[in-house]
Amino acid sequence: MTPPRRKRREPKPPPPPQPQPQPPAPEPADGEAEPKNPERLYTVAGSEDGARAELDLVTLIVARDAPQMAASPEQAAVLRLCANPLSVAELSAYLNLPFSAMTVLITELITAELVQVRAPIVRRALPDRSLLEAVMHGLQRL
Amino acid sequence: MDFNGSDTIPGPRTEDHLPHTAETAVKIVIVGGFGVGKTTMVGSVSDIRPLTTEETMTQAGIGVDDNYGSESKTATTVAMDFGRISITEKLVLYLFGTPGQERFWFLWNGLFEGALGAVVLVDTRRLEVSFDVMGRLEERGVPFVVAINSFPDAPRYPVEELRTALDLTPEIPIMDCDVRRRASSKDVLMTLMRFLHSIALSRALV
Repeated sequence: MTPPRRKRREPKPPPPPQPQPQPPAPEPADGEAEPKNPERLYTVAGSEDGARAELDLVTLIVARDAPQMAASPEQAAVLRLCANPLSVAELSAYLNLPFSAMTVLITELITAELVQVRAPIVRRALPDRSLLEAVMHGLQRL
Repeated sequence: MDFNGSDTIPGPRTEDHLPHTAETAVKIVIVGGFGVGKTTMVGSVSDIRPLTTEETMTQAGIGVDDNYGSESKTATTVAMDFGRISITEKLVLYLFGTPGQERFWFLWNGLFEGALGAVVLVDTRRLEVSFDVMGRLEERGVPFVVAINSFPDAPRYPVEELRTALDLTPEIPIMDCDVRRRASSKDVLMTLMRFLHSIALSRALV
């Protein structure tokens, strides 16, 4: 029996940046403009809320202080959970919030200086050998 | 959820707390077809009971050109099971796997780009379901190893026949495993790490 066959793929260059939304064209003076597409306007407006911290699933979050009286219940819940370091993924799981909603909440806490962020190590073109060796030694002890 | 019932918010058990010295985290992604054992593998090596995180993807975020401007946008929830291994007092390893449709994972920004590497779990009864995911990893330049989860009634192929069928270069490790066993899952992760280390060494020599 022969297994099915696959064809290898080559690395792709990174995708080109998304084209910037164009400002709406000025309406012709005679008022004969075509009706605007509301969907498109919504998309443009939706791209304005990008003020979120760059958070990875495995960015570790640590509370700076005990929950403040001023904190919202959602914020207080996050602060309680990350008295010890906890990843964004774990916070999302325990609070039953989608990842993107979690990043909004954490961004508020970062802005309010209520939490500290410990950024993850990401893979680079030239990986850090000592990091890989540390992971191997750790796994060997399992 | 109702945040007012704050006393009842579930959190990590005391023994699952990371030490305050935990400084940084790395991640490995486990990919493969439905039912191939990704979640089982996460659970067999994780220090904590596997957790689930999810994200909602809309058609607009998927970038399907054909559907641009269409009236209806479908939302898809992508759920990922994950586990955690404390490597040192300072370093934590997270393992992500999902029971969902693999093509949606690649919409999750940074999931693969930030990962050290990936494990492609394969079931030889349905070899072709792993083809697309391997191609996508290759396109993104994410290094991966191939682990054959040994189901009792699955056909057995010699490694070189699998390598040819999967069109894998000679250096990519292919191994058998039983992801229900912690030692076997650990071996797969160690194989991936040794592979990543060999890539790092060869690049340093260029």
